[in-house]
Formats: sequence, C-alpha cells, structure tokens
Amino acid sequence: MNLHEYQAKELFRRFAIPVPAGEVVGTPAQALAAAGRLAANGAGQIWVVKAQVHAGGRGKAGGVKLARSPEEVGQLARGMLGTQLVTKQTGSRGMPVNQVYVEAGSEIARELYLSLLVDRSRERIAFIGSAAGGMDIEDVAAKTPDKILTVVVNPAAGLQPYQARQLGYGLGLDNEQVKQFVAMAAKLYRLFNECDASLLEINPLIVTAAGDLLALDAKINIEENALFRQRELMTMRDPSQEDDMERRAAEHDLNYVSLDGNIACMVNGAGLAMATMDLIKLHGGEPANFLDVGGGATPERVAEAFKLILSNSQVKAILVNIFGGIVRCDLIAEGIISAVRDVKVAVPVVVRLEGTNVDQGRAMLKDSGLAITPADDLTDAARKVVAALK
Amino acid sequence: MSILVNKNSRIVCQGLTGKQGSFHAQQCIEYGTNIVAGCTPGRGGSEHLGIPVFNTMPEAVRATGADVSMIFVPAPGAADAILAAADAGVKLIVCITEGIPVLDMLRVKAALKDYDCRLIGPNCPGVITPGECKIGIMPGFIHKPGRVGIISRSGTLTYEAVYQTTRNGLGQTTCIGIGGDPVRGMNFIDCLELFQNDPATDGIIMVGEIGGTDEEAAARYMQQHVTKPVVAYIAGVTAPPGKRMGHAGAIISGGEGTAAAKFAALERAGVKTVRSPAELGSAMQELLR
Repeated sequence: MNLHEYQAKELFRRFAIPVPAGEVVGTPAQALAAAGRLAANGAGQIWVVKAQVHAGGRGKAGGVKLARSPEEVGQLARGMLGTQLVTKQTGSRGMPVNQVYVEAGSEIARELYLSLLVDRSRERIAFIGSAAGGMDIEDVAAKTPDKILTVVVNPAAGLQPYQARQLGYGLGLDNEQVKQFVAMAAKLYRLFNECDASLLEINPLIVTAAGDLLALDAKINIEENALFRQRELMTMRDPSQEDDMERRAAEHDLNYVSLDGNIACMVNGAGLAMATMDLIKLHGGEPANFLDVGGGATPERVAEAFKLILSNSQVKAILVNIFGGIVRCDLIAEGIISAVRDVKVAVPVVVRLEGTNVDQGRAMLKDSGLAITPADDLTDAARKVVAALK
Repeated sequence: MSILVNKNSRIVCQGLTGKQGSFHAQQCIEYGTNIVAGCTPGRGGSEHLGIPVFNTMPEAVRATGADVSMIFVPAPGAADAILAAADAGVKLIVCITEGIPVLDMLRVKAALKDYDCRLIGPNCPGVITPGECKIGIMPGFIHKPGRVGIISRSGTLTYEAVYQTTRNGLGQTTCIGIGGDPVRGMNFIDCLELFQNDPATDGIIMVGEIGGTDEEAAARYMQQHVTKPVVAYIAGVTAPPGKRMGHAGAIISGGEGTAAAKFAALERAGVKTVRSPAELGSAMQELLR
C-alpha cells in the first residue's frame, strides 16, 4: 500500500525526523490560507506546491512548483487540483490530483539520496545512500554503481551507530551533520520496522544552507501482508489512486492486475495465472488481465470473477484455466455454467479444466448449450481463445 | 530414494485443529502420510482426526518422535510457529501459510541459523514424495513415483509439471513447492543440490517466476554443480513492472527480476528452457531419452 508524501511526512514528524513545515489542502482557497499560516509561523516567502499522487517523477511532470507569494500558491493549487497528473510512472491516463501539499521553501546546499528497503537476496533491511540526490536512483545505479552506498542491518542487532556513521561520512557529510545523520538513521530504521514498511525513500535528503539535514521528499510503501497489524495506517489508503478494477477485485479477495489486451483470463494460482497470460501472448493474443481466483475456485468466486472481467469493455474473449486439484472439476464446471448464465456473458469463453472428475466437468460444459468451448490442454486452450477473436 | 521426506517421516501438524489444518491434514492422512501429532495451544490432551493434540511443540516432539512439522497456523502467528518448531528440534519445517509479513520472515531466517533444520515455504503447496509422504495441499492423485525431481515457486504450476510427467510415465522422486514469498526457506540451489545427490532422480524440472534473482543464482550454480538434465520455465513474461502478480515475491522492481533476464541466465548456463509450461513434461522426456 502506497502512502502520499504528506502522510509519509506526518509519520516522519511522529518519529522526530526533520521535515519542512507544510499542510495538505484540497482547494485553492485552503492553499492560499495555508501559505499565509506557514509564513506567519516563521517560514520564508517561498513556498512549494506539490501534487499528491502515488507516483514518482512529479517534478518533471509539473507536479511540483515554486511560488513567491500566497496568491501564487493559490493559483498553482488551482492549476493542479482536479487534473490528472501524467508522470513517467503513471501511464498515459495519469493519476488524479485531489490534494496538494503546500510546503515552506528550503534553501538547498546539497541534495542526497537515502532509502530503506527489504533486500530480498541478502534477507536484510538495507540502507541505500547516494551523494547524487534528486536524480533517478535507478539511473545512478545503472551508470555509476560506485556512487551507491549500501549498509545491511542484522535484524537481531538492529542498526548500529557505526553503520550509520560509515554511510554518513560516505555521503560526504561533515562531523556535525554525521551526528544528525546517525540519529536520523536510527529513527528511520525504527519507523520502517514499526510501520511494516516495504520501502522508505527520501529523494532528496538535503543539507540546508544552514548545514542541517532535512527530508525534502518522503515516500513510504507499507507491506500489504502486514496490514492486519497496521490498522491505523490502513485508514491512510487512498482508493482514488488505485486502479478501479484492482480495487474492486481486492474487495472480493481476488488478485487482479489490469493489462492492455483483449483476452481476459481467470485462473487458479498466481504462477499458473502468469503462465496463462504468457501462453496467450505466445499464441498471438494479448492478455487483458492477470486474475488469480485462488486455490479453492468455488462457484461464488468464479461468478464474482466473471463479473469483474466483464466490466472491462475491452474484453473480447475469456480464457478460464483451472487446475482443479482438491476441488472437483464437476463442481467448477457447475460454477462456470451458472456464472456464464447469470452474468450473461456475451463473449466467447474457452475453458480448460484439469483434475478430479475432469471428464464429467468437460461433458457438463459441452452440454450446457452456452457459448463455452472446452479445451483439452493448455496449448489447445490458448489456441482456441486466440482463434475465437477472428 | 527421494529427498527430504519419505515413508518413515513422522509429522506434527501445527494448526491441526483449524479449518485449513483439519481439511488438508485429513487429505494427507488419506494419502498415507504418517501424521503423529497436532499442536494447538489450549487444545492439549484432546484428539483431533484421531491424532493426539499437544499444547506445545516440545511436548508433541517428545511424546511422538515427530521430525517434520507441517504448519497451517494463520499469518499473524506463523513466524512464531516456525521458530517453535525449530526450537523443538524438528528437522524439516513445511510452512503452508500465506501472507506472513516479510519483516517477520527476515527475523525468522536470521534466527533459524542457530538450528540444524530446513524450512520449506512459506506460502507454498508443500513437499511430496509420491506414494510415500504428502505434506501440504497438493492433490495427491496426480503424482506417480518415478525419476524426476520438481522444484517450483508456484503451486499450480508445480501441479502442471507433475501432471505432465505422470502422464508421460516419467513420474517424480520428490516435488518441492518452495513458495511465492520474497524471503523463504529452501531455495532453488538447496533443492538442486539434494536432487543432484539423489541417485533416484534422473532429471530436474525447475519452475521460476518474475521477481528477485534466485533463478539467476540457480543458473550459475547449475553450470558448476549440476550434471543431471534440467528443464526450466519462468512465468511472467507478460507481467508489467512494479505490479505484484498474486505472489508477494512476484514483482519486477527497479528493473530487476524480469522473466527475460531469468531465461537469458538459464540459457547462458546451458539449461534447457521452454517458453510454454505445457512443454515441461515433453522436454524432460526428450532429455531423458
């Protein structure tokens, strides 16, 4: 689950990690008022207006702008609110800007990069730092890997001060700044663990003109598997930033990912669901989605899944691929038949069933009188569904 | 021969009395698996499915001589269950549970270094030696004792490979679902080593998927250490970057973990790859001819 910048900074404040003063607002008038309050509380006469979307690359896309008066803050907010911001991470439709963050401007002496993530091959939380802040870290890693510093933390010992010191000096900080950095790193590590983060990124982490460290941006992703114990963070979810189909699927406990093609698929098991998309492509078609209905493909779930994939108007054919292990194929066939009937599926449906009572299941599909084509195996299924489009 | 489990394995099921545990333990018993104990705190002294239930793992192990644990404990308590099994001296821990927070698994993996035991999973179908011992949620009837070892990150794709090798007569020595999470117990390399050293295994099928770099590491390992024929398939060629494809570990991030990179690494290492999972069985048959 992604958090907005303003939510991440709220968490930073709770852990006493320094961030600029700022307020999140939903209207230009509120933006104007927020700018006035920030100035009244001692911020300077420069503000930054930042579109709150779940995507990186906002700066280059016009989602982060400087203002030199409260009126300009209001104007910039008016220009951003209600629009779709298209960045290199959003796809062509962009993300809706429903809120902007109005922040006090900072005087920047240096820009650094700092992140914490789960390094899956080392099986450790890792700190990644670079003196090349403000840039796309993937580009830095690709072009100048020697500029990337990594520190991995033993979970039993936790982050040690020497590790933070090494990273701080490696980033070219002076003695006083390294002291600040060691304190900040410890707080970030605690935040990462206590919030079950999967990614925490500060880009840029700046050294101000006065020589202090300040998190100018903040990005936090929370691990989905840990949401059961992060009730408060769950309330920070912003459905407006999520794919509508994916959100509806999640409500029914279905795993769904939207793709651009026109052949929908419904599969049990994540690996087989990916493989089914690949097979459609291999045989000349384009998959419309990833959809895993789970190991126990019950009739109810199958019906929900049909409703979901049919709400995508691009879909011109459906491939159902179920390896019925412990669930019997005749039961699954029954579920498919009633779903196709109830949901009034109007596009061709190709079904590949395998497992217990498979012959019975296939016969039921064939005799249903519906536009369901049974397939013999994986390859046959992919061929038939691609052919059904012609 | 086989690896990891056989007809002599004695299994304790953690979470036996829950809905999932009850259902799948019953299936395992029907397959012939020797489940000797259950462990559910608060249910000690009772019987479930005709099996004695214990409050703690040391009690269960002492009373029954269990050497393998099968875990169905729900995600919030699963990391605790894994460590309880390790601390009780169980040699093989098979964790079926899906949805364990990754930070829990980091701590579990670090702590397991103190014990002489292996972990399979979590978020996996389990392990089976056909005709002898089924530990997990895989449909037993599709398996057949035979010559091929199977390793996979995906449950249902394991079943595809199993089904194909059953139908073409090759059969399986042992099949291991290593699980779909980013941080897990046994990895491809651990399983490859065991299969390479198992005299009954003539060939190995390896099913990977997008996310991480374990398949690349396995490719390097195979080039140096595996002489038996291997057929490999990677799921997720069409998966978009940055999206979690069902499994917590199946995500392309920062340009890392693409199917293309994994296929390339395997092919560089001289491993036979197939672009369709429907060809796993026939490709293995070809290599073993």
